[in-house]
Amino acid sequence: MNGFAHIAVLAMIIIAGFYAVWFRDLLSSVISLAVFSLLLSLEFFILQAPDVAIAEAAIGAGLSTAIYIIALRACNALKKSGGGDRK
Amino acid sequence: MNPLSVVVRTICDVFAWFMGIYGIYIIIHGHLTPGGGFQGGAVVATMAAFLLVSHGGKKLLSFAKPGFYSGIETAGLLIFITTGFLGLSATFFYNFLAGRGGLFGAVVPIGPNSGILNSAGTISVMNMAVGLEVIGGLSLILIYMFKGIRLFDDQTGGSETGHDR
Repeated sequence: MNGFAHIAVLAMIIIAGFYAVWFRDLLSSVISLAVFSLLLSLEFFILQAPDVAIAEAAIGAGLSTAIYIIALRACNALKKSGGGDRK
Repeated sequence: MNPLSVVVRTICDVFAWFMGIYGIYIIIHGHLTPGGGFQGGAVVATMAAFLLVSHGGKKLLSFAKPGFYSGIETAGLLIFITTGFLGLSATFFYNFLAGRGGLFGAVVPIGPNSGILNSAGTISVMNMAVGLEVIGGLSLILIYMFKGIRLFDDQTGGSETGHDR
């Protein structure tokens, strides 16, 4: 049972990491990275480290996603005003 | 950063309070359950991130001043080091409140029990101090990050849109 949960969560982590690289749309990539971090916190919980799991869920899935979205908005504002060289 | 649609705003209004209460729960139960000052403070600071992403920065910055969060951070650090110095009659960081009765010093009974909440002495005081410091610091990171992109904000001049990309 425990080994099956390990394999399932790790496979979903690999899929989420692949989609974070594969998406062309940057907002979808950031959301996929948040899913990656949430699954990683679930894996920490399965490995009996709930302390690290709470920190990973709060920092990785919450705060860093918000900071990525803010930075993405700054890139869009730069692109609309004619500057920046995204894509 | 423009506000998102009304569905996102309503959901974030409801769930931000649950996140704040859950973070405070993690902070004050730091010596009994997993978590502590840093984890609970990060959860509470995620509340500011929710409100910033959903409501847009102009509404958040109208009531969340950087001076307020800086004051919270300074108060946390001062409470931590003052608690350290107050036990100086025995040693530095001596747990002078434990086992003395009162709010922080309940006596733990002998034998297996599920944990007494107010029995940790200065440890729970230091958890609250670290929680205040992490709330202030991580919220300040978000607010200054947002203030950095407001340099470009007047050139776009966009009004309220739906899910903006």
